[in-house]
Amino acid sequence: MMTAILALGILAGLFGLLLGYSAIRFRVEGEPIVEQINAILPQTQCGQCGYAGCRPYAEAIAAGEAEINQCPPGGEANIQALADLLGRDPLPLNEEHGEHKGKQVAVIDESTCIGCTLCLQACPVDAILGAAKQMHTVIAVECTGCELCIEPCPVDCIDMVPVRETIGTWKWPFPEDRREDIAQLPTLRRAVG
Amino acid sequence: MATRGRLRKLHQFHGGLRLAEHKAESTAAPLLPARVPSHLILPVQQHIGQPAEVLVRPGDRVLKGQPIARPQGYVSAPVHASSSGTVVEVGRRPVPHPSGLNDLCVVIETDGREQWRWREPPTEDYTDLDPAQLRERIREAGIVGLGGAGFPSFIKMNPGPRHRIDLLVLNGAECEPYISCDDMLMRDRPGEIVAGLQILRHAVQARECVIAVEDNKPEALAALEAAVREMNDPAVQVVAVPTRYPTGGEKQLIKVLTGREVPSQGLPSDIGVLCHNVGTAAAVQRAVTDSEPLVSRVVTVTGAGVAEPRNLEVLLGTPIADLVEQCGGYTPAAHRLLMGGPMMGFALPSDELPVVKTSNCILVASREEMPPPEPPMACIRCSECVQVCPANLLPQQLYWYAHAKDFDKIQDYHLFDCIECGCCAFVCPSHIPLVQYYRFAKTEIWTQERERRHADLARQRHEFRLERLEREKREREARLREKRKAVKETARDQGAKKAAVEAALERAKAKKAARSGEAREPAAAEPGDAARTDHDD
Repeated sequence: MMTAILALGILAGLFGLLLGYSAIRFRVEGEPIVEQINAILPQTQCGQCGYAGCRPYAEAIAAGEAEINQCPPGGEANIQALADLLGRDPLPLNEEHGEHKGKQVAVIDESTCIGCTLCLQACPVDAILGAAKQMHTVIAVECTGCELCIEPCPVDCIDMVPVRETIGTWKWPFPEDRREDIAQLPTLRRAVG
Repeated sequence: MATRGRLRKLHQFHGGLRLAEHKAESTAAPLLPARVPSHLILPVQQHIGQPAEVLVRPGDRVLKGQPIARPQGYVSAPVHASSSGTVVEVGRRPVPHPSGLNDLCVVIETDGREQWRWREPPTEDYTDLDPAQLRERIREAGIVGLGGAGFPSFIKMNPGPRHRIDLLVLNGAECEPYISCDDMLMRDRPGEIVAGLQILRHAVQARECVIAVEDNKPEALAALEAAVREMNDPAVQVVAVPTRYPTGGEKQLIKVLTGREVPSQGLPSDIGVLCHNVGTAAAVQRAVTDSEPLVSRVVTVTGAGVAEPRNLEVLLGTPIADLVEQCGGYTPAAHRLLMGGPMMGFALPSDELPVVKTSNCILVASREEMPPPEPPMACIRCSECVQVCPANLLPQQLYWYAHAKDFDKIQDYHLFDCIECGCCAFVCPSHIPLVQYYRFAKTEIWTQERERRHADLARQRHEFRLERLEREKREREARLREKRKAVKETARDQGAKKAAVEAALERAKAKKAARSGEAREPAAAEPGDAARTDHDD
């Protein structure tokens, strides 16, 4: 009886030591949850969520202060990804924070621009080029479409333009909601005359 | 002697199909040059990579072979005027692409004179040029893979220092039904193809060359064999490969010829093989020997919807309607218009679209040839698709994850090794448009990756901006502190000075008082003395 208890006790102790050692020796540093949330957010830095940028919002989600449905640019796909990551139920997008729009970029009407630099200061990603009393312009590939430059402009010369789909960015439609793509005969006949 | 007679052990790739060929329809009539159309529509992107940058403006007169758009970046190709005339429009127009979207095109009104721009005199001996010069020639000629992919050929010819090319394959398999443009080219101009092969071989210093043709093209095989015999080069071999769809797939053909497999997501050069289409080889010969850029290609116009199916040598940019007209026009059976073959082609919305570098076939199918797709039903996991997949994939699993939009999992099943040959969809008893699902998943993954890169850039820029603002704030504060300190110091300095002055005055006053008291008596006698002493102080 005693030997059995002793043997099992020693075994348990040994395994305990082994596990304790491996926990320290083979420790896997997980990416902090804030980083993982931030990696999902679209990085528009628009502040529509009520925080000063994507990272502060990520920190708020991680701290349980914010819901996962406050990011309009990310849309449903983002909410789904956050729900998967955090093991929560996906929620519909909170309309209070705005609606999900397609990708757009700011365009400055350069003939109206007075060179006040206010939009330069508002841009969260430094995507506007210009200097005082010099015409400004938006670097389209770096613009996140956050709309933060619209409001400070005193002459209202900035427009948001939807990004046009090109052959390079076109996506095949999901087969189940694909429209009829059959070339119709009338076009053929007309061309032949 | 280089002939089919010398046996080469052939292998078999997994899966594939035996399909009705429908090639005889278009091979009966000889290969003829097509008419010069009244208008040429030349998209600036007819290749994989960056679109070319337009060099001409409306009103400009252009000559045949003159570059009208130059490549932007490395993976790009120039576009040349395919006939002489006047540029009438540079703008966005519909182009032959599955999206049906518009893209930038140059429209040329031809003058019918076919006047060439100045060309360098024919190169007598291509061996005078080193591989880099050859690649440059081929790049300037705007040559891209004419088999259908449209990848700039000069890039393939530069496999990098790590790869040695042992085997150069000319792909004349042409496995897809209805298409016969390579067949006609091989029958008609085998000399050009073989000469192109020698140039390509010199450029990559390949040890061994094979021209692979499916055994359903005996005329092409005979013509090539005769041309090779004339050349008398023991390193070149013409090989008849069994007819089976999709033998013309690069990786499948390499498997048949060598028994080796190109690694997943790898390139043939990883196993020392380079593969070019026979049409590309002919274009290379013209570019190098005659300094002729790529301005035309052979196109098959076929299907029950055209009166006289045949092959035509077509100027790039020719509207499809023009070609159909030269083939006797549409028959009453004409139902669908496709670019490419029935397996891998795509439907076109109109016949006003132009022929581009990658257009190998215009298929006007009747309703019987291309019946409307049957309504898809649920996958019953019969695994027919697995049996026929030439890339050794699990199509039903790919379908499963594409359907669920699980884009991580689908890549675990090697989605990007799918060549979109359509065998799986062809045999599917549930009529599921499988390839459409894979294409959807591929473009969706590319879009996500692009968005992720864009987001990463935005994050970096935002973080950098925050850092910059923080730094500027710190610097401002530091400056302010410095200033405050300086002010304080000057104030202290001034206080000390003031004190010193005051002390001096005090002392002077005391001295004066003392002296005036002392010199009560001689004061009147020497008034200037006191003043001097005071001054000395």
